[in-house]
Amino acid sequence: MNTTIWGFSRPQVVALLVMIALFVVAPMVVYPVFLMKVLCFALFACAFNLLIGYAGLLSFGHSAYFGMGCYLAAYGAKHWGLSAELCVLLGGSVAAVMGLVFGAIAIRRQGIYFSMITLALAQFTYFICTQMSFTGGEDGIQQVPRPAVLGLLPLDNDMAIYWMVVGVFLLGFFGIFRIIHSPFGQVLKAIRENEQRAISLGYRVEQYKLMAFVLSTFIAGAAGGMKSLVFGIATLSDVTWQASGTIVLTTLLGGLGTIFGPVVGAVIVNTLEFYLAPFGSWVTITQGVIFVACVMVFRRGVIGELGAKLKVAL
Amino acid sequence: MLMVFGYNLGPILGQGVLGVVNGAFYALLSLGLAVIFGLLNIINFAHGALYMLGAVVAWFLLNYLGIGYWPSLFIAPVIVGAFGVLLERTMISKLYKLDHLYGLLLTFGIALIVEGLARNQFGSSGLPYSVPESLRGATRLGFMIMPTYRLWVVVASFVICITTWLVLEKTPIGATLRAATENAALVQSFGVNVPRLVMLTYGAGVALAALAGVMAAPVYSVNPNMGSDVIIVVFAVVVIGGMGSILGSILTGFGLGLLEGFTKFLYPEASGVVVFVLMIVVLLTRPAGLFGKAS
Amino acid sequence: MEISRRSLLGSAALGTAAAALPLSRARAQAKPVIKIGVLNDQSGPYRDTGGLTSVECAKMAVAEFSAQMSGYTVEVLSADHQNKPDVGAGIARQWYDQGVDLILDVPNSGVALAVAGVAKEKNKVHVNSGAATSDLTGPACNGNIIQWTYDTWMLAQSTGGATVKAGGDTWYFITADYTFGHKLESDTTTLIKAAHGSVKGSSSYPFPGTTDFSSYLLQAQNSGAKVLGLANAGGDTINSIKQAKEFGLTMDIAALLMFITDVNALGLEVAQGLHLTESFYWDMNDRTRAFTKRLLPRSPDNYPNMDHAGVYASALHYMKTVNKMGVAAARADGKAAVAAMKALPTEDDCFGKGSIRADGRGMFHSYLFQVKKPSESKGKWDYYKLVQDSDPEHAWRPLADGHCPLIKS
Repeated sequence: MNTTIWGFSRPQVVALLVMIALFVVAPMVVYPVFLMKVLCFALFACAFNLLIGYAGLLSFGHSAYFGMGCYLAAYGAKHWGLSAELCVLLGGSVAAVMGLVFGAIAIRRQGIYFSMITLALAQFTYFICTQMSFTGGEDGIQQVPRPAVLGLLPLDNDMAIYWMVVGVFLLGFFGIFRIIHSPFGQVLKAIRENEQRAISLGYRVEQYKLMAFVLSTFIAGAAGGMKSLVFGIATLSDVTWQASGTIVLTTLLGGLGTIFGPVVGAVIVNTLEFYLAPFGSWVTITQGVIFVACVMVFRRGVIGELGAKLKVAL
Repeated sequence: MLMVFGYNLGPILGQGVLGVVNGAFYALLSLGLAVIFGLLNIINFAHGALYMLGAVVAWFLLNYLGIGYWPSLFIAPVIVGAFGVLLERTMISKLYKLDHLYGLLLTFGIALIVEGLARNQFGSSGLPYSVPESLRGATRLGFMIMPTYRLWVVVASFVICITTWLVLEKTPIGATLRAATENAALVQSFGVNVPRLVMLTYGAGVALAALAGVMAAPVYSVNPNMGSDVIIVVFAVVVIGGMGSILGSILTGFGLGLLEGFTKFLYPEASGVVVFVLMIVVLLTRPAGLFGKAS
Repeated sequence: MEISRRSLLGSAALGTAAAALPLSRARAQAKPVIKIGVLNDQSGPYRDTGGLTSVECAKMAVAEFSAQMSGYTVEVLSADHQNKPDVGAGIARQWYDQGVDLILDVPNSGVALAVAGVAKEKNKVHVNSGAATSDLTGPACNGNIIQWTYDTWMLAQSTGGATVKAGGDTWYFITADYTFGHKLESDTTTLIKAAHGSVKGSSSYPFPGTTDFSSYLLQAQNSGAKVLGLANAGGDTINSIKQAKEFGLTMDIAALLMFITDVNALGLEVAQGLHLTESFYWDMNDRTRAFTKRLLPRSPDNYPNMDHAGVYASALHYMKTVNKMGVAAARADGKAAVAAMKALPTEDDCFGKGSIRADGRGMFHSYLFQVKKPSESKGKWDYYKLVQDSDPEHAWRPLADGHCPLIKS
């Protein structure tokens, strides 16, 4: 059981291979733009999970970083003519800078107060987005071109950009996995389990938390940047507090603190959205029911419960 | 016209008065939220949805049963309060021992369900609810014309808030409730049925939200989104006032309305965000809120 | 993302379709299907100005034209864009990717601009009936779109012009804070300034989601302007006017964009005397009355306004064009289809004879109406008195002033 490949346990390697195989097969049967949306939100959820699942920090304003990533990537592609990978990096970097500033403020408080400050800062970001002219207000940044990767590989074709999204997703996914299994990640888990003890062991807890916050916001921003390149539009929808709520749901449903949970959560949440959207507000209602069911019946989420049943960490 | 610092005072006063009308709703809503948090330790994210439900019930009573505004002020909170009791018994009561997070997520889920159902039923453009006959018309305040109904809202909200505060602080029932939050087991051993007390408290908090909803219907029209638009602000009010502090919520609620009103005069676009700036400042300087006790 | 049931079934069937490709080729004798998607607000502030009545208008056009369809059938889909540009653009992208040829209606200028971009990218067709921004035939115009019914320039000219002429030379605007509100405000401001009037100020409010306009009304009252210009639409206009009465506003109200559906929601008691502009009125002539009579069984609560009429007329005109150029050619190249639509004169019950200009501007009459007093109204939805009839040459912005990139100056 303990044999690992790059830190992945054997069941995790199997799950990983299944996931990658699905990435290859899925676009042949499913609408690729939909798949790309799932992947963007999956990466966003993974980033969010890094905070709540491994550092025990519930950020209730993570859409601010995702949404800002959307805006910056869209702006870079439309007005500066940046190539695709630079747009995504730009989205991530700006989100990370925001994360550094906002995180430094928020980690000074614990528990529900931490959540409240992140929420307030996200609302502040929303306000900035409605006021700054570069975001295009309620109209958003529209008709964003899909720039070529490195200025060479064009992405106009949906399948071309699909492979790029898969690539960025896997990069982020592996990155997060490595972070979790690094000594840094171990300290984060220690802080989650018992902050006082971690402090008494001599760890500078605040620095660890801040670092985790910045990493998480960077990845969230990059995920947002990808989304705006796929859809060619960046709007206020992605900065709202409701969007933050959805990502909490996604992660909770998949399983907090599991590696594959956020991905499964994103698949389920987006599929429901896709299939229920024509029937009025059933998306919202179903999301509500899932929240209630998760809290009342399976607090470990789909993958958490599955892992517990199979006695493996997924 | 009155002039202060080169400003014409009329418009500032006008925006201030309109702000207090909003503040009256903030106060009523945060009052219920603070009662629930203070006594149950539950962060009731469903509060906005239940506020909306109050307005919807009033609309239903009027359009299907011909029951007007005044009876609705009583009936709608009772109906929604009963719904709250049901929620508490079947779900929320199972979570008291867990982290705050779970209560928040559960009630968030309930809010999504209630709002989604309402949106399916009514769309999102809002249903008109007319001002009751006896409160029609307007009052001249000198610097502006104020619809009588909005003045009524301010007065009614103020009276309800103060009454609730007095009940909790100055009566035996209030004393028992506060004791139960301090040490439930001890109060139980005195023969008080604590679970029932808690259940009724939740129902009462929810009824306050529904009451605010009925009062809001003629001002904002009955809109499925009215709760989610306001809930985040009301959360901020409770946090700023000091979580669980009744008086803190009331004062912060009215105060925020006033502050927003003045912001609307000086920098209208920022009126929606001023509350969050205030919350960040307060939490960083007084972690327990303006009126909260430091733990 | 909000998509219609049918398009969903379509996407669900996509996988099976791919696997069963040879089979479906063998059955290719079946007539080709043209898909028309009606994309609008079905739950928010604009649901009565467009909404399901627009969907019914498209369906009625298809039903009435079915006998003349040469070698094809038409399917109508619909979806709710929730007034969100990202939702609208997402649905448009998916529809176009999955075989929709024409998207109709699309109220909300922000969403319309996004959909116009997708139509161009995918080389399909979008005929807009619901959105107002004159940028659709100006800087944002492209060879794949047509704007049928009305625009901010024409509204400013007609309603704004009449107000200024009546002595309303100082204005304060309450503006929906998105591209439509700002465009309507700026087009009207240009006109006011040309008439040597002035704008004392404006408040823009968050859209959608604002229901209380009291603080904006107070600012308007305190500005000292004579006219309150409402640069908003639908439910927002209704709320603004109601609350203006509630707060005893003493200014003249210029509701720059108002539909008969809004007048109906306000009631004549409140709405009487207001001026407004539409390019269609159900009670205008025998043909419009006949059209309304046919539509009412499909839309019993809602009489048609110009937006609805535009959806009907544009669906009809598209199908006529398809007949002319052939279904395969029309489906293959949206730009060519739009060019053919521009070349073909229009004729229908709602707008009579008309044409489509090179920049995509539908050229019809525009009418300035005044809302009747309750005592003048003889029956249900008898709301308008005709004040002024502008012929197509004068109703719309001159071609050269729009700076549409398609037009070589």
